This record gives sequence, structure tokens and C-alpha cells, in this order.
Amino acid sequence: MMLLGVSDLVKTFGEGDTATHVLRGLNLTLEKGQMAALLGPSGSGKSTLLTILGTLMQPTSGTHQMLGVDLTIASDAELTQFRNRHIGFVFQFHNLLPDFTALENVIFPTAIREGRETAAARTRGKELLTRMGLAGRINFASTKLSGGQKQRVAVARALMNAPELVLADEPTGNLDRASALQVMELIGQINRDEGTTFLISTHDEKIAATCSRQIVVGDGRVTG
Amino acid sequence: MLYALKFAGRYLTASKAQTALLVVGVAVGVFIFIFTSALIGGLAEFILSRTAGDMSHVTIEAEATDPALLITPPGTVLLVQEPSTETPELRAAISFLPLIEALPEVKAVSPQITGAGFLRRGTQVSQVSIIGLEPGRESAILDLDGYLVQGDARLRTGAVVLGRSLVEDMGLSLGQTVQLQSTDGIDAALTLTGIYQIGSGGGPDRRMAYVSLSTARTLFAMPQGVSRIEIKLFDIYAADGAALRIEGLTGLAAKSWTEDGAQLLEALKAQAQTGYFLKTFAMITIIIGVASALLLSTYRRRPEIGIMRAMGASRNFVVAVFVLQGALIGVMGGLLGAGVGYLALLPFPTREAFRSGTLPMDITQGSYDLAIILTVIGAVAASILPARAAARVDPVTAIGQ
Ligand SMILES: Nc1ncnc2c1ncn2[C@@H]1O[C@H](COP(=O)(O)OP(=O)(O)OP(=O)(O)O)[C@@H](O)[C@H]1O
Ligand SMILES: [Mg+2]
Repeated sequence: MMLLGVSDLVKTFGEGDTATHVLRGLNLTLEKGQMAALLGPSGSGKSTLLTILGTLMQPTSGTHQMLGVDLTIASDAELTQFRNRHIGFVFQFHNLLPDFTALENVIFPTAIREGRETAAARTRGKELLTRMGLAGRINFASTKLSGGQKQRVAVARALMNAPELVLADEPTGNLDRASALQVMELIGQINRDEGTTFLISTHDEKIAATCSRQIVVGDGRVTG
Repeated sequence: MLYALKFAGRYLTASKAQTALLVVGVAVGVFIFIFTSALIGGLAEFILSRTAGDMSHVTIEAEATDPALLITPPGTVLLVQEPSTETPELRAAISFLPLIEALPEVKAVSPQITGAGFLRRGTQVSQVSIIGLEPGRESAILDLDGYLVQGDARLRTGAVVLGRSLVEDMGLSLGQTVQLQSTDGIDAALTLTGIYQIGSGGGPDRRMAYVSLSTARTLFAMPQGVSRIEIKLFDIYAADGAALRIEGLTGLAAKSWTEDGAQLLEALKAQAQTGYFLKTFAMITIIIGVASALLLSTYRRRPEIGIMRAMGASRNFVVAVFVLQGALIGVMGGLLGAGVGYLALLPFPTREAFRSGTLPMDITQGSYDLAIILTVIGAVAASILPARAAARVDPVTAIGQ
């Protein structure tokens, strides 16, 4: 079953002589439950595609649908709410809120929706952290965690509201091979157990190999 | 809102030194605000008590009678009036006294007989203004009792209270007898029962001779009536209205102090304006301080704001986080400034005990609640610009940094 689809997606930064045509009519569909790697040379537009799919940026033209909703015509408030419920993010840098604990970071997406930190949210947050192998780090300040631990907290947070889609932009780019594989292993487990769809950009063929599908971008289109 | 408050609190405690500095900065502004309020308020009180406090707020005075023309012949009339030696008199006024006294804005009423005369002892003669006061009301308008340095302010029949300068000039001492002669030519032998000193001694000390109303009646041959009624009000600024009311009630010409005291009124207004000016600057300082600190904070926290927005935090949530920081800073700075301001004002003498030479600070006029409320409003207003800047942060560029 189709989760999302973009067609003829164009993204151009700037205008005139200085215009950068990053996406030039890109087509892509993701099925529910897929675990896809997004590959391509640096500057090929992987991050740009992920931010558009994550509704953080509007395309210059083209269609963008997810769960049957046309996201190119939604308002900022509608997109904010849509992101909160249906999309999780894991970024390469600046992932966690530095003044909050691991648990506080994880339950943020639920707390922001409910207006406060509920006991139910805390319970789920602890479960997710335990699942990420961080049972002993629940109340650690996020700044006191290692890089790999931080990314696992970020994965837990991305899963907090049980979204249909998790977008990860080089989530393992900062990690050593062992930590990177550990994070990918946990993501794979969630994908198998809960059917969450993942789209993960990476430069690492080995990381990409752990995914069930490989999408390659080049020249502003999907080339493979 | 509660969740946003958690973020605001966390952000403030995350950089304790910076927050403390900011709160102290706001508190200094509040302190200046309170100090200015207490000083301007106290100064006004002090000046009023030293000038208007001792003067009549509303005065009913007998007017010199115009010569009556019984016949009006055609053509021009040349009128030659003999100079009148009679002191103008309010005959009916006495009966209005209880009526005036019963008015809610009236604090005290003093019926008086005033006129000019000469004080004589041996070969020495001094020109004086004679003021006849009703016994028991000697201090109703001018605080005669308060200015007394020797003897008794109580004006018995046959007693006179004189200023220290005059007493020294004439070489008098308490208990001695002096001759007082009115311009009506009537003489009285009076005993010096009290000596007063107003300020550093000068004008009034040399001029004013206080006697009892009955002594003045004899001196000015005025068996009934009085020559003026002085009225003191609770609120000096209500004098114009009170004068009109008394005039309407009694039909007597009542004059508010502001008619002659316009300069004093202007001075007090100018002083109050200086106060507003200083207080406005204190507020502007607070607003600029809070705004710049929060603006810096929004800039520093751009990546986090981007993360929050990506996770589904609304723009309003981001606005709330920063506005609440402003409000918290305002509340803390306001309370701290007000508390320190109050403590700093404690050592100053109370309003009743003002002495010249010290700052007449009035601790009761610190406007503490106003200072705190304005500070919170100011801090919130100051946070709106940074909060809006924060809400406009683009998650993509912020996270990509
Ligand atoms: N806001 C922007 N303004 C102008 N150009 C931009 C902007 N964002 C991205 N670009 C350009 O778009 C192109 C694609 O950038 P993008 O970050 O999507 O590439 P990427 O595939 O993620 O690269 P990498 O693998 O290095 O992360 C780059 O040439 C970049 O300079
Ligand atoms: Mg990228």
C-alpha cells in the first residue's frame, strides 16, 4: 500500500543566473513498511528531498501526497500538526534539546501535542529508551550522552508518536562503524516489528545494504 | 502553556549567570523607579508641608467696603472718601463656621481677626502683623505649636506669641510685658507667653504677632465677626473645587490657594514631570535590556527551535516560550528591585520626621505595585520581538547549521 508519493518534483534555490536546480522533476513512491536507503553523491539533493518529504520545505513545483493528503496546499499550522502525528525525524547534527534529559527529549512530540508531559507519555518514552538499550540513561542530561547514545535517543523520539514515516538524514554520519550498525539494527527491528516506514539518506554502502530498498538520486532525479 | 512554562524556566536556569545578571539589571531599573517615586513623592510632601502645609488652602476674607452711593446724580461724580481706619469685617461668616466644618473635604477651620500694629517696649518700636486666633485652634492652619521653641502656644486673653528674631531684636524674654497698639489706635498690655521659630528665622519670625481672638477683638474694636476665615483641606489639590463649593454654600467670596500659589503648583508639577521622565527611562532601560538578552538567546537557540518546529511545535508554542521567559524575568527582577528598594528606603526618616538636610524620601510613596506591574508588562512587551523572531526561525536552515 502506498504511503507517500511525489511526482514531477522540482526544487530550485535562488533565481536567474544564480539559480540552483536541485530537483528536476523527481518521481518517487514509498510503500508502507518499507525500509529505504537514499543514496547519491554529495550535493545531489538528498537532504533537500527529505526536508520536502518532511513538510519542512515546499517544492518549487510538483505534487506531494502522503496518507491521501495533498501537502503542497496545506497551511503552516496544518503541516506542523501533520508532522507531529505522522512523521518522525532523525538528523545528523543538533538532534537533541541540550537542556533536557533523554526522557524529556523522547516524549517531546507527545507532550507538545497534549500540552503537558503525561504519565502515559513517560511510560512509553521509557519503553522506547529501554528498547534502544538506554534503560540506564533515561534521566541523563542529553549533553552527557555519547554520539551513538544521542542518535538512539533521537530514534526513540522519532518513534514516540508512532508515526507512519521516519525520515533520517545521515543518522549515522557522525558515528563509528559499530555504533552506526547498532543504530541501524535497532531501526531494522522497529521496521520489522511495527511496520514503520523508514527513508534513510547515507553515503555508506554498508549502511545502505542493511535496508530493503536502495534509492539513488542524481541530476535531480531518481536514477536507480 | 504549562509545557511552554517548563521550557521557559529551563532556558532561564540553563544559563544561571546570564539570567542572574539580567534579573539584577531589571531590578536596578525597578529600584531607580521606586527610588524616584519615593523621592519625588516625598519631596512634594515635604515642600507642601513646608509651604502649603502651613498655609490656608481656602480663605474667606472680608473685602474693603466700597463707598455706597445713595443717590445717582446725572453727570460725573467726584467722590472723596475719608481714609477708613476700620478693619474690614465678616459679620455673618461666624454663623457659617459649623457648616464649613461639616464639609467632608475640610480638615480644619480657623476664624481670625488680622490687622497691623506696633509692638512697643520702652523706647523700642516694631511694626507687626497681628493675628488673632481662636484658642484651641492655634495650630489649625500654621503649626504654631510645632514651631514653638519656648513657652506655650496656647493663646490666652492677654497673651502674645512672638517670633524668635523679633524677641532677640527687642531684647525680650518670656513672661515680660509688651505694649501692642493696633492701627485703630487701641492699646493693650500683653504678656509674652511663647516664642516660635519658623525655618532659619527671618520674615515671619520678625513680623507675626499671635494673640487670642478676644485680644484682637479689643485691639480692632470688633465685638462680633472676624476679618478672615482660613480653611485647611485634606487634599490640597481639591482647593479649587472646595472654594467653589464653599462660595455656593455661604455666598462668601472664598479664594483657593492656587490663585496665588500658581508658582508653587507649577513647581510641583514640573517636579512630578521630572519623576515621570526618570521613571520612563528606567522602564525603557528594562525593556531594552530584556529585549536584547532574549534576542541573543533566540539566536543562540536557533537549532533547537528548528528541532522543536520539526517535531511539531507550533509557532505559538515558540512565542509562548520566549514571552514567558520575559515575564519570569520581569516578575523576578520586579520583586527583587521592589524588595531591595523597600529595604533601602527603610533607614530614611518617616514623613512626619522629615528634617531639612536629609533627602525627604517617603517610603510609602515607592509605588511598589506599579513598579512590579509595569516591569512585568515591560518585560513581556520586550520579549515579543525576540519571540516573534524565534517563531519565524526556518527549521531547515536552523537544523542545517
Ligand atoms: N537553502 C539553500 N539555498 C541555496 N542552495 C541550497 C540550499 N539548500 C541546498 N542548496 C543546494 O542544493 C544542493 C543540494 O543540497 P543537499 O543538501 O540537498 O545535498 P545532499 O545530497 O544532502 O548533499 P550531502 O550528501 O553533502 O548532504 C546543493 O548544491 C546545495 O548547495
Ligand atoms: Mg545532506
